[in-house]
Amino acid sequence: MEKILVGLKRVVDSNIRVRVKSDGSGVETEGVKMSINPFDEIALEEALRIRERGDASEVIVVSIGGTETQQQLRTGLAMGADRAIQVEIDHAADPLTCARILLALVNKENPGLVMLGKQAIDNDNNQTGQMLAALWARPQATFASAVVIEGTAVTVTREVDMGLETIEVDLPAVVTTDLRLNEPRYVKLPDIMKAKKKPLEQIPFADLDVEVATEIKETNFEPPLERQRGVIVDDVAGLVAALKDKGLL
Amino acid sequence: MSKVLIIAEHDGAALNLSTAKCVACASELPDAEISVGVFAENGEALAAEAATLAGVSQVIRVDNAANANLLAAMLAPQITALADGYSHIFGPSTTFGKDLMPRVAALLGVNQISDVMTVLGSHSFKRPTYAGNAIVTVEAPADKTVVATVRNASYRAVAADGSAAVETTSVDAELPDHTRFVELKAGKSDRPDLQTATTVVSGGRALGSAEKFEIIYKLADAMSAGVGASRAAVDAGYVPNEMQVGQTGKIIAPDLYVAIGISGAIQHLTGIKDAGTIVAINKDADAPIFEVADIGLVGDLFSIVPELEAAISQ
Repeated sequence: MEKILVGLKRVVDSNIRVRVKSDGSGVETEGVKMSINPFDEIALEEALRIRERGDASEVIVVSIGGTETQQQLRTGLAMGADRAIQVEIDHAADPLTCARILLALVNKENPGLVMLGKQAIDNDNNQTGQMLAALWARPQATFASAVVIEGTAVTVTREVDMGLETIEVDLPAVVTTDLRLNEPRYVKLPDIMKAKKKPLEQIPFADLDVEVATEIKETNFEPPLERQRGVIVDDVAGLVAALKDKGLL
Repeated sequence: MSKVLIIAEHDGAALNLSTAKCVACASELPDAEISVGVFAENGEALAAEAATLAGVSQVIRVDNAANANLLAAMLAPQITALADGYSHIFGPSTTFGKDLMPRVAALLGVNQISDVMTVLGSHSFKRPTYAGNAIVTVEAPADKTVVATVRNASYRAVAADGSAAVETTSVDAELPDHTRFVELKAGKSDRPDLQTATTVVSGGRALGSAEKFEIIYKLADAMSAGVGASRAAVDAGYVPNEMQVGQTGKIIAPDLYVAIGISGAIQHLTGIKDAGTIVAINKDADAPIFEVADIGLVGDLFSIVPELEAAISQ
Protein backbone atom coordinates (compact mmCIF):
# COMPACT_ATOMS: atom_id res chain seq x y z
CA MET A 1 0.00 0.00 0.00
CA GLU A 2 1.05 3.54 -0.53
CA LYS A 3 -0.11 5.53 2.49
CA ILE A 4 -0.94 5.05 6.13
CA LEU A 5 -2.85 7.81 7.90
CA VAL A 6 -2.27 8.06 11.66
CA GLY A 7 -4.33 10.19 14.04
CA LEU A 8 -2.52 11.95 16.89
CA LYS A 9 -4.55 13.56 19.65
CA ARG A 10 -3.06 16.10 22.04
CA VAL A 11 -4.00 15.09 25.59
CA VAL A 12 -2.97 15.71 29.17
CA ASP A 13 0.15 13.59 29.74
CA SER A 14 -0.60 10.16 31.18
CA ASN A 15 1.60 10.79 34.23
CA ILE A 16 -0.42 13.81 35.33
CA ARG A 17 -3.11 13.26 37.89
CA VAL A 18 -5.86 15.55 36.67
CA ARG A 19 -7.87 17.73 39.02
CA VAL A 20 -11.43 18.78 38.49
CA LYS A 21 -11.90 22.58 38.51
CA SER A 22 -13.75 23.81 41.57
CA ASP A 23 -16.52 25.34 39.44
CA GLY A 24 -17.20 22.00 37.76
CA SER A 25 -16.55 23.39 34.28
CA GLY A 26 -13.88 20.87 33.38
CA VAL A 27 -10.48 19.66 34.49
CA GLU A 28 -7.40 21.77 35.15
CA THR A 29 -5.29 21.94 31.97
CA GLU A 30 -3.54 25.27 32.57
CA GLY A 31 0.22 24.74 32.70
CA VAL A 32 -0.22 20.97 32.54
CA LYS A 33 2.13 18.87 30.41
CA MET A 34 0.50 17.78 27.16
CA SER A 35 1.55 14.80 25.05
CA ILE A 36 0.50 12.59 22.20
CA ASN A 37 -2.25 10.25 23.38
CA PRO A 38 -0.21 7.11 24.27
CA PHE A 39 -2.42 4.79 22.21
CA ASP A 40 -1.92 7.08 19.18
CA GLU A 41 1.82 6.97 19.71
CA ILE A 42 1.59 3.17 19.50
CA ALA A 43 -0.46 3.54 16.29
CA LEU A 44 2.25 5.74 14.79
CA GLU A 45 5.02 3.34 15.86
CA GLU A 46 3.19 0.46 14.16
CA ALA A 47 2.68 2.50 10.99
CA LEU A 48 6.40 3.31 10.91
CA ARG A 49 7.30 -0.35 11.34
CA ILE A 50 4.94 -1.31 8.51
CA ARG A 51 6.64 1.28 6.30
CA GLU A 52 10.10 0.11 7.38
CA ARG A 53 9.16 -3.46 6.42
CA GLY A 54 8.31 -2.18 2.97
CA ASP A 55 4.55 -2.70 3.24
CA ALA A 56 3.81 1.04 2.92
CA SER A 57 5.65 3.97 1.43
CA GLU A 58 4.35 6.99 3.34
CA VAL A 59 3.13 7.71 6.87
CA ILE A 60 1.00 10.82 7.35
CA VAL A 61 0.16 12.08 10.84
CA VAL A 62 -3.03 14.05 11.38
CA SER A 63 -4.20 16.11 14.29
CA ILE A 64 -7.40 18.05 14.81
CA GLY A 65 -7.13 21.18 16.90
CA GLY A 66 -5.51 24.57 17.39
CA THR A 67 -1.94 25.69 16.70
CA GLU A 68 -0.72 24.02 19.91
CA THR A 69 -1.43 20.60 18.41
CA GLN A 70 1.49 21.22 16.01
CA GLN A 71 3.78 20.24 18.91
CA GLN A 72 2.40 16.72 18.79
CA LEU A 73 2.59 16.64 15.00
CA ARG A 74 6.25 17.71 15.15
CA THR A 75 6.91 14.92 17.65
CA GLY A 76 5.23 12.52 15.24
CA LEU A 77 7.43 13.79 12.41
CA ALA A 78 10.47 13.38 14.64
CA MET A 79 9.47 9.79 15.32
CA GLY A 80 9.57 9.25 11.58
CA ALA A 81 6.32 10.26 9.92
CA ASP A 82 6.82 11.71 6.43
CA ARG A 83 4.41 14.61 6.64
CA ALA A 84 1.73 16.09 8.84
CA ILE A 85 -1.71 17.59 8.48
CA GLN A 86 -3.28 19.86 11.07
CA VAL A 87 -7.00 20.33 10.71
CA GLU A 88 -7.49 23.74 12.27
CA ILE A 89 -10.47 23.91 14.53
CA ASP A 90 -10.91 26.23 17.49
CA HIS A 91 -13.04 24.01 19.70
CA ALA A 92 -12.77 20.42 20.91
CA ALA A 93 -14.33 18.18 18.29
CA ASP A 94 -16.63 15.32 19.31
CA PRO A 95 -15.86 11.78 18.11
CA LEU A 96 -18.40 11.77 15.26
CA THR A 97 -17.15 15.11 13.92
CA CYS A 98 -13.57 13.81 14.20
CA ALA A 99 -14.59 10.69 12.26
CA ARG A 100 -16.18 12.90 9.57
CA ILE A 101 -13.02 15.03 9.38
CA LEU A 102 -10.87 11.91 9.06
CA LEU A 103 -13.18 10.60 6.36
CA ALA A 104 -12.73 13.85 4.41
CA LEU A 105 -8.95 13.37 4.65
CA VAL A 106 -9.28 9.70 3.68
CA ASN A 107 -11.16 10.73 0.56
CA LYS A 108 -8.38 13.18 -0.24
CA GLU A 109 -5.41 10.94 0.51
CA ASN A 110 -6.77 7.44 -0.19
CA PRO A 111 -4.69 5.65 2.45
CA GLY A 112 -4.57 1.85 2.57
CA LEU A 113 -4.74 1.92 6.33
CA VAL A 114 -5.87 4.36 8.98
CA MET A 115 -4.35 3.74 12.39
CA LEU A 116 -5.69 5.33 15.56
CA GLY A 117 -5.35 4.70 19.27
CA LYS A 118 -8.24 2.66 20.66
CA GLN A 119 -9.17 5.52 22.95
CA ALA A 120 -7.93 8.91 24.04
CA ILE A 121 -6.90 8.97 27.67
CA ASP A 122 -8.70 12.27 28.31
CA ASN A 123 -12.34 11.58 27.53
CA ASP A 124 -11.90 7.77 27.31
CA ASN A 125 -14.58 7.65 24.62
CA ASN A 126 -13.22 4.83 22.45
CA GLN A 127 -15.37 5.78 19.45
CA THR A 128 -13.57 7.60 16.64
CA GLY A 129 -11.96 4.64 14.86
CA GLN A 130 -15.14 2.59 14.81
CA MET A 131 -17.11 5.62 13.60
CA LEU A 132 -14.66 6.32 10.79
CA ALA A 133 -14.87 2.68 9.66
CA ALA A 134 -18.68 2.89 9.67
CA LEU A 135 -18.83 6.13 7.68
CA TRP A 136 -16.17 4.86 5.27
CA ALA A 137 -18.05 1.53 4.96
CA ARG A 138 -14.75 -0.26 5.54
CA PRO A 139 -13.57 -2.88 8.08
CA GLN A 140 -12.48 -2.07 11.60
CA ALA A 141 -9.98 -4.04 13.64
CA THR A 142 -10.05 -2.55 17.12
CA PHE A 143 -7.81 -3.09 20.17
CA ALA A 144 -4.98 -4.55 18.08
CA SER A 145 -2.07 -6.34 19.72
CA ALA A 146 -0.59 -7.70 16.46
CA VAL A 147 -0.90 -6.42 12.90
CA VAL A 148 0.31 -8.42 9.90
CA ILE A 149 -0.10 -7.05 6.37
CA GLU A 150 -0.67 -9.78 3.81
CA GLY A 151 -1.13 -8.32 0.35
CA THR A 152 -4.57 -6.75 0.12
CA ALA A 153 -5.62 -7.85 3.60
CA VAL A 154 -4.42 -7.40 7.14
CA THR A 155 -4.57 -9.98 9.92
CA VAL A 156 -5.12 -8.40 13.30
CA THR A 157 -4.98 -9.99 16.73
CA ARG A 158 -7.35 -8.19 19.06
CA GLU A 159 -7.28 -7.99 22.86
CA VAL A 160 -10.81 -8.94 23.89
CA ASP A 161 -12.35 -9.82 27.25
CA MET A 162 -12.23 -13.54 26.47
CA GLY A 163 -8.60 -13.58 25.35
CA LEU A 164 -7.10 -12.95 21.92
CA GLU A 165 -9.30 -12.81 18.83
CA THR A 166 -7.83 -12.88 15.34
CA ILE A 167 -9.67 -11.41 12.38
CA GLU A 168 -8.70 -10.84 8.78
CA VAL A 169 -9.92 -7.69 7.06
CA ASP A 170 -9.55 -6.38 3.53
CA LEU A 171 -7.70 -3.14 2.92
CA PRO A 172 -8.37 -0.30 3.14
CA ALA A 173 -9.29 -0.59 6.80
CA VAL A 174 -9.21 1.14 10.17
CA VAL A 175 -7.03 -0.38 12.89
CA THR A 176 -7.15 0.88 16.48
CA THR A 177 -4.29 -0.01 18.77
CA ASP A 178 -4.04 -1.50 22.23
CA LEU A 179 -1.15 -1.17 24.67
CA ARG A 180 0.82 -4.28 23.91
CA LEU A 181 1.12 -3.81 20.15
CA ASN A 182 4.58 -2.29 20.43
CA GLU A 183 6.82 0.04 22.41
CA PRO A 184 7.11 3.40 20.67
CA ARG A 185 10.64 4.53 19.86
CA TYR A 186 12.31 7.43 21.60
CA VAL A 187 12.83 10.57 19.62
CA LYS A 188 16.48 11.57 19.17
CA LEU A 189 17.67 15.15 18.96
CA PRO A 190 18.82 15.02 15.29
CA ASP A 191 15.36 13.69 14.40
CA ILE A 192 13.75 16.70 16.05
CA MET A 193 15.91 18.97 13.88
CA LYS A 194 15.06 17.00 10.76
CA ALA A 195 11.36 17.08 11.63
CA LYS A 196 11.37 20.87 11.42
CA LYS A 197 11.97 20.60 7.69
CA LYS A 198 9.22 18.08 7.04
CA PRO A 199 5.97 19.37 5.52
CA LEU A 200 3.15 20.34 7.88
CA GLU A 201 -0.01 21.30 6.05
CA GLN A 202 -2.73 23.32 7.75
CA ILE A 203 -6.26 22.79 6.55
CA PRO A 204 -8.97 25.05 7.96
CA PHE A 205 -11.90 22.96 9.17
CA ALA A 206 -14.26 25.03 7.01
CA ASP A 207 -12.42 23.92 3.86
CA LEU A 208 -13.29 20.27 4.44
CA ASP A 209 -17.04 20.70 4.01
CA VAL A 210 -17.75 18.59 7.09
CA GLU A 211 -21.01 18.86 8.98
CA VAL A 212 -20.50 19.28 12.72
CA ALA A 213 -22.32 16.54 14.63
CA THR A 214 -24.68 17.35 17.48
CA GLU A 215 -22.45 16.97 20.45
CA ILE A 216 -23.20 15.40 23.77
CA LYS A 217 -23.09 18.33 26.17
CA GLU A 218 -20.84 18.05 29.20
CA THR A 219 -22.69 20.06 31.82
CA ASN A 220 -20.71 19.36 34.97
CA PHE A 221 -17.47 17.77 36.13
CA GLU A 222 -17.00 16.42 39.64
CA PRO A 223 -14.25 14.46 41.35
CA PRO A 224 -15.00 10.78 41.95
CA LEU A 225 -15.93 9.55 45.40
CA GLU A 226 -12.63 8.85 47.06
CA ARG A 227 -12.04 5.64 48.93
CA GLN A 228 -10.76 6.14 52.44
CA ARG A 229 -7.51 4.73 53.74
CA GLY A 230 -8.40 1.79 55.95
CA VAL A 231 -6.54 -0.09 58.66
CA ILE A 232 -3.12 -1.70 58.58
CA VAL A 233 -2.98 -5.10 60.22
CA ASP A 234 0.22 -6.57 61.65
CA ASP A 235 0.14 -10.11 60.37
CA VAL A 236 -1.83 -12.81 58.57
CA ALA A 237 -3.81 -13.59 61.73
CA GLY A 238 -4.88 -9.95 61.88
CA LEU A 239 -5.88 -10.00 58.22
CA VAL A 240 -7.94 -13.16 58.63
CA ALA A 241 -9.64 -11.69 61.70
CA ALA A 242 -10.44 -8.44 59.85
CA LEU A 243 -11.91 -10.36 56.91
CA LYS A 244 -14.01 -12.53 59.23
CA ASP A 245 -15.16 -9.38 60.97
CA LYS A 246 -16.54 -8.09 57.66
CA GLY A 247 -18.15 -11.44 56.88
CA LEU A 248 -15.84 -11.97 53.93
CA LEU A 249 -14.36 -15.26 55.10
CA MET B 1 -41.52 6.97 27.31
CA SER B 2 -38.09 5.42 26.76
CA LYS B 3 -38.12 2.61 24.23
CA VAL B 4 -34.85 0.78 24.69
CA LEU B 5 -33.12 -1.80 22.53
CA ILE B 6 -30.33 -3.68 24.32
CA ILE B 7 -27.83 -5.61 22.24
CA ALA B 8 -27.20 -8.94 23.94
CA GLU B 9 -23.64 -10.14 24.37
CA HIS B 10 -23.12 -13.89 24.28
CA ASP B 11 -20.71 -16.64 23.29
CA GLY B 12 -23.22 -18.58 21.22
CA ALA B 13 -24.25 -20.78 24.15
CA ALA B 14 -25.13 -18.39 26.98
CA LEU B 15 -25.62 -14.69 27.60
CA ASN B 16 -22.79 -12.71 29.08
CA LEU B 17 -23.75 -11.22 32.45
CA SER B 18 -23.19 -7.78 30.90
CA THR B 19 -26.57 -8.13 29.19
CA ALA B 20 -28.44 -8.36 32.51
CA LYS B 21 -26.44 -5.36 33.71
CA CYS B 22 -27.51 -3.35 30.67
CA VAL B 23 -31.11 -4.23 31.53
CA ALA B 24 -30.53 -2.95 35.07
CA CYS B 25 -29.22 0.35 33.69
CA ALA B 26 -32.02 0.70 31.14
CA SER B 27 -34.60 0.01 33.87
CA GLU B 28 -33.58 3.33 35.46
CA LEU B 29 -34.75 5.30 32.43
CA PRO B 30 -38.15 6.97 32.89
CA ASP B 31 -41.02 4.72 31.70
CA ALA B 32 -38.61 2.23 30.16
CA GLU B 33 -39.95 -0.37 27.77
CA ILE B 34 -37.04 -2.73 27.21
CA SER B 35 -36.37 -5.00 24.26
CA VAL B 36 -33.32 -7.22 23.97
CA GLY B 37 -31.90 -7.96 20.54
CA VAL B 38 -30.28 -11.39 20.27
CA PHE B 39 -28.13 -11.66 17.17
CA ALA B 40 -26.71 -15.15 16.76
CA GLU B 41 -26.25 -18.01 14.36
CA ASN B 42 -28.96 -19.92 16.19
CA GLY B 43 -30.36 -17.84 19.00
CA GLU B 44 -33.14 -20.06 20.29
CA ALA B 45 -31.67 -20.82 23.71
CA LEU B 46 -30.11 -17.35 24.02
CA ALA B 47 -33.44 -15.65 23.28
CA ALA B 48 -35.16 -17.88 25.83
CA GLU B 49 -32.55 -16.86 28.39
CA ALA B 50 -32.94 -13.16 27.55
CA ALA B 51 -36.71 -13.52 27.97
CA THR B 52 -36.21 -14.38 31.64
CA LEU B 53 -34.39 -11.14 32.47
CA ALA B 54 -36.54 -9.08 34.85
CA GLY B 55 -37.84 -5.90 33.26
CA VAL B 56 -37.55 -7.05 29.66
CA SER B 57 -40.82 -6.87 27.73
CA GLN B 58 -39.70 -8.24 24.41
CA VAL B 59 -36.86 -10.28 22.92
CA ILE B 60 -36.05 -9.89 19.25
CA ARG B 61 -34.22 -12.88 17.85
CA VAL B 62 -32.26 -12.42 14.64
CA ASP B 63 -30.63 -15.58 13.36
CA ASN B 64 -28.04 -15.30 10.63
CA ALA B 65 -24.97 -17.39 9.80
CA ALA B 66 -23.07 -14.07 9.65
CA ASN B 67 -23.77 -13.60 13.37
CA ALA B 68 -21.72 -16.62 14.45
CA ASN B 69 -18.83 -14.50 15.73
CA LEU B 70 -20.44 -11.15 16.59
CA LEU B 71 -18.30 -9.00 14.29
CA ALA B 72 -19.13 -5.30 14.54
CA ALA B 73 -19.08 -4.82 10.78
CA MET B 74 -21.79 -7.52 10.43
CA LEU B 75 -23.92 -6.56 13.41
CA ALA B 76 -24.01 -2.79 13.01
CA PRO B 77 -26.05 -2.72 9.76
CA GLN B 78 -28.56 -5.21 11.24
CA ILE B 79 -28.97 -3.18 14.42
CA THR B 80 -29.35 0.02 12.42
CA ALA B 81 -32.07 -1.64 10.35
CA LEU B 82 -33.96 -2.43 13.58
CA ALA B 83 -33.33 0.94 15.22
CA ASP B 84 -36.44 2.72 14.01
CA GLY B 85 -38.84 3.48 16.84
CA TYR B 86 -36.30 3.09 19.63
CA SER B 87 -35.32 6.13 21.68
CA HIS B 88 -32.30 4.34 23.21
CA ILE B 89 -29.90 1.63 22.01
CA PHE B 90 -27.67 0.23 24.76
CA GLY B 91 -24.80 -2.23 24.71
CA PRO B 92 -22.31 -3.29 27.38
CA SER B 93 -19.03 -1.47 27.88
CA THR B 94 -17.10 -4.68 27.32
CA THR B 95 -14.75 -5.18 24.39
CA PHE B 96 -17.80 -6.50 22.49
CA GLY B 97 -19.86 -3.37 23.07
CA LYS B 98 -16.96 -0.95 22.79
CA ASP B 99 -16.17 -2.37 19.35
CA LEU B 100 -19.76 -2.47 18.14
CA MET B 101 -21.76 0.43 19.54
CA PRO B 102 -19.79 3.37 18.07
CA ARG B 103 -20.22 1.77 14.65
CA VAL B 104 -23.97 1.71 15.26
CA ALA B 105 -23.93 5.30 16.53
CA ALA B 106 -22.06 6.54 13.46
CA LEU B 107 -24.51 4.82 11.12
CA LEU B 108 -27.33 6.55 13.01
CA GLY B 109 -25.49 9.89 12.84
CA VAL B 110 -25.07 10.38 16.59
CA ASN B 111 -22.29 10.52 19.11
CA GLN B 112 -22.24 7.77 21.70
CA ILE B 113 -22.32 8.04 25.47
CA SER B 114 -19.55 5.72 26.64
CA ASP B 115 -19.57 3.96 30.02
CA VAL B 116 -22.84 5.12 31.56
CA MET B 117 -22.48 4.82 35.34
CA THR B 118 -25.60 6.72 36.46
CA VAL B 119 -28.91 7.49 34.77
CA LEU B 120 -30.17 10.97 35.69
CA GLY B 121 -32.99 11.19 33.15
CA SER B 122 -33.97 9.98 29.71
CA HIS B 123 -31.16 12.00 28.10
CA SER B 124 -28.94 12.78 31.06
CA PHE B 125 -26.22 10.52 32.44
CA LYS B 126 -22.99 10.41 34.38
CA ARG B 127 -19.85 8.83 32.97
CA PRO B 128 -16.18 8.63 33.99
CA THR B 129 -13.40 10.42 32.09
CA TYR B 130 -9.65 10.79 32.65
CA ALA B 131 -9.33 7.22 33.90
CA GLY B 132 -12.11 7.82 36.40
CA ASN B 133 -10.47 10.91 37.89
CA ALA B 134 -13.38 13.07 36.77
CA ILE B 135 -17.05 12.18 36.59
CA VAL B 136 -18.89 14.15 33.95
CA THR B 137 -22.61 14.80 33.63
CA VAL B 138 -23.68 14.62 30.00
CA GLU B 139 -26.82 15.64 28.12
CA ALA B 140 -27.64 13.87 24.88
CA PRO B 141 -29.67 15.74 22.24
CA ALA B 142 -33.37 15.20 22.95
CA ASP B 143 -34.36 14.76 19.31
CA LYS B 144 -31.95 11.95 18.48
CA THR B 145 -31.49 8.29 19.35
CA VAL B 146 -29.35 7.80 22.46
CA VAL B 147 -26.64 5.22 21.78
CA ALA B 148 -24.73 4.27 24.91
CA THR B 149 -22.51 1.66 26.48
CA VAL B 150 -23.15 0.63 30.08
CA ARG B 151 -20.31 0.44 32.59
CA ASN B 152 -20.50 -3.09 33.95
CA ALA B 153 -19.11 -2.33 37.40
CA SER B 154 -21.84 0.25 38.09
CA TYR B 155 -24.77 -2.17 37.86
CA ARG B 156 -25.92 -5.41 39.41
CA ALA B 157 -27.45 -7.92 37.03
CA VAL B 158 -31.25 -8.06 37.12
CA ALA B 159 -32.88 -11.28 38.33
CA ALA B 160 -33.85 -14.02 35.91
CA ASP B 161 -37.49 -14.31 36.93
CA GLY B 162 -39.21 -12.62 33.99
CA SER B 163 -41.03 -14.05 31.00
CA ALA B 164 -40.91 -11.77 27.98
CA ALA B 165 -42.25 -12.64 24.57
CA VAL B 166 -39.75 -13.74 21.92
CA GLU B 167 -40.22 -12.52 18.39
CA THR B 168 -38.12 -14.10 15.66
CA THR B 169 -37.43 -11.79 12.80
CA SER B 170 -35.15 -11.40 9.84
CA VAL B 171 -33.43 -8.17 9.04
CA ASP B 172 -33.03 -6.72 5.60
CA ALA B 173 -29.50 -5.37 5.66
CA GLU B 174 -26.63 -5.69 3.26
CA LEU B 175 -23.74 -7.40 5.06
CA PRO B 176 -20.13 -6.85 4.04
CA ASP B 177 -17.64 -9.60 3.17
CA HIS B 178 -14.56 -7.54 4.02
CA THR B 179 -14.23 -8.82 7.60
CA ARG B 180 -13.52 -12.45 8.46
CA PHE B 181 -13.23 -14.17 11.83
CA VAL B 182 -10.14 -16.37 12.11
CA GLU B 183 -9.96 -17.63 15.69
CA LEU B 184 -10.44 -16.89 19.36
CA LYS B 185 -7.77 -17.99 21.79
CA ALA B 186 -9.55 -18.00 25.11
CA GLY B 187 -7.80 -18.75 28.33
CA LYS B 188 -9.31 -21.94 29.74
CA SER B 189 -10.02 -21.73 33.40
CA ASP B 190 -12.26 -23.45 35.90
CA ARG B 191 -11.97 -20.46 38.20
CA PRO B 192 -14.77 -17.92 38.58
CA ASP B 193 -14.90 -15.35 35.78
CA LEU B 194 -12.93 -12.23 36.65
CA GLN B 195 -15.81 -9.91 35.82
CA THR B 196 -18.46 -11.71 37.82
CA ALA B 197 -16.52 -13.28 40.69
CA THR B 198 -17.50 -12.08 44.18
CA THR B 199 -13.86 -12.39 45.25
CA VAL B 200 -10.88 -11.53 43.07
CA VAL B 201 -7.21 -12.08 43.91
CA SER B 202 -4.75 -10.13 41.74
CA GLY B 203 -0.98 -10.25 41.44
CA GLY B 204 1.47 -7.61 40.26
CA ARG B 205 4.99 -7.20 39.03
CA ALA B 206 6.41 -8.11 42.46
CA LEU B 207 5.54 -11.76 41.75
CA GLY B 208 8.59 -11.78 39.50
CA SER B 209 7.73 -14.60 37.09
CA ALA B 210 4.97 -16.76 35.67
CA GLU B 211 6.14 -19.64 37.90
CA LYS B 212 5.99 -17.56 41.04
CA PHE B 213 2.54 -16.27 40.05
CA GLU B 214 1.33 -19.80 40.92
CA ILE B 215 0.96 -18.79 44.57
CA ILE B 216 -1.72 -16.29 43.49
CA TYR B 217 -3.69 -19.08 41.79
CA LYS B 218 -3.37 -21.26 44.88
CA LEU B 219 -4.66 -18.54 47.17
CA ALA B 220 -7.47 -17.76 44.74
CA ASP B 221 -8.51 -21.41 44.69
CA ALA B 222 -8.57 -21.52 48.49
CA MET B 223 -10.88 -18.48 48.39
CA SER B 224 -12.96 -19.64 45.37
CA ALA B 225 -11.84 -16.41 43.75
CA GLY B 226 -11.27 -15.18 40.22
CA VAL B 227 -7.72 -14.18 39.33
CA GLY B 228 -6.61 -10.82 37.97
CA ALA B 229 -3.34 -9.01 37.41
CA SER B 230 -1.86 -5.55 37.06
CA ARG B 231 -0.79 -4.25 33.69
CA ALA B 232 2.84 -4.63 34.76
CA ALA B 233 2.34 -8.36 35.39
CA VAL B 234 0.65 -8.79 32.01
CA ASP B 235 3.30 -6.76 30.19
CA ALA B 236 5.99 -8.86 31.87
CA GLY B 237 4.32 -11.99 30.50
CA TYR B 238 3.43 -13.60 33.83
CA VAL B 239 -0.23 -13.96 32.79
CA PRO B 240 -2.33 -13.47 29.62
CA ASN B 241 -3.90 -10.14 28.64
CA GLU B 242 -7.48 -11.06 29.55
CA MET B 243 -6.49 -11.02 33.22
CA GLN B 244 -5.57 -7.33 33.24
CA VAL B 245 -7.52 -5.18 35.67
CA GLY B 246 -7.53 -1.43 35.16
CA GLN B 247 -8.34 1.48 32.88
CA THR B 248 -7.53 -0.38 29.71
CA GLY B 249 -8.23 -3.86 31.04
CA LYS B 250 -11.24 -4.96 33.01
CA ILE B 251 -13.17 -2.70 35.37
CA ILE B 252 -14.50 -4.91 38.14
CA ALA B 253 -16.58 -4.62 41.29
CA PRO B 254 -16.16 -7.77 43.41
CA ASP B 255 -17.22 -7.83 47.07
CA LEU B 256 -13.60 -8.54 48.00
CA TYR B 257 -10.50 -7.57 46.04
CA VAL B 258 -7.07 -8.74 47.19
CA ALA B 259 -4.16 -6.87 45.57
CA ILE B 260 -0.88 -8.68 46.03
CA GLY B 261 2.43 -7.11 45.05
CA ILE B 262 0.55 -4.37 43.19
CA SER B 263 1.77 -0.82 43.82
CA GLY B 264 -1.51 0.77 42.76
CA ALA B 265 -0.95 2.94 39.70
CA ILE B 266 -3.92 5.23 38.92
CA GLN B 267 -4.69 3.11 35.87
CA HIS B 268 -5.04 0.04 38.08
CA LEU B 269 -7.08 1.77 40.78
CA THR B 270 -9.55 2.84 38.08
CA GLY B 271 -10.39 -0.82 37.61
CA ILE B 272 -11.18 -1.57 41.26
CA LYS B 273 -12.81 1.61 42.61
CA ASP B 274 -16.17 -0.07 43.00
CA ALA B 275 -14.94 -3.13 44.88
CA GLY B 276 -16.64 -3.71 48.24
CA THR B 277 -13.50 -4.29 50.30
CA ILE B 278 -9.94 -3.87 49.05
CA VAL B 279 -7.11 -5.77 50.73
CA ALA B 280 -3.53 -4.83 49.88
CA ILE B 281 -0.45 -6.92 50.54
CA ASN B 282 2.77 -5.15 49.64
CA LYS B 283 6.27 -4.86 51.06
CA ASP B 284 6.36 -1.10 50.39
CA ALA B 285 4.40 0.67 53.12
CA ASP B 286 4.29 3.82 50.95
CA ALA B 287 2.71 2.09 47.94
CA PRO B 288 -0.32 4.06 46.68
CA ILE B 289 -2.48 0.93 46.92
CA PHE B 290 -2.59 1.45 50.71
CA GLU B 291 -4.33 4.81 50.21
CA VAL B 292 -7.41 3.02 48.93
CA ALA B 293 -7.14 -0.31 50.75
CA ASP B 294 -9.63 -1.06 53.52
CA ILE B 295 -7.21 -3.57 55.01
CA GLY B 296 -3.47 -3.39 54.44
CA LEU B 297 -0.68 -5.78 55.34
CA VAL B 298 2.92 -4.69 54.84
CA GLY B 299 5.41 -7.47 54.28
CA ASP B 300 6.93 -10.06 51.98
CA LEU B 301 4.22 -11.55 49.82
CA PHE B 302 6.15 -14.78 49.37
CA SER B 303 5.78 -15.58 53.06
CA ILE B 304 2.38 -13.91 53.61
CA VAL B 305 0.48 -15.49 50.72
CA PRO B 306 1.20 -19.16 51.56
CA GLU B 307 0.46 -18.43 55.22
CA LEU B 308 -2.84 -16.78 54.28
CA GLU B 309 -3.73 -19.67 52.01
CA ALA B 310 -3.03 -22.15 54.80
CA ALA B 311 -5.09 -20.11 57.28
CA ILE B 312 -8.06 -19.93 54.91
CA SER B 313 -7.85 -23.60 53.92
CA GLN B 314 -8.05 -24.72 57.55
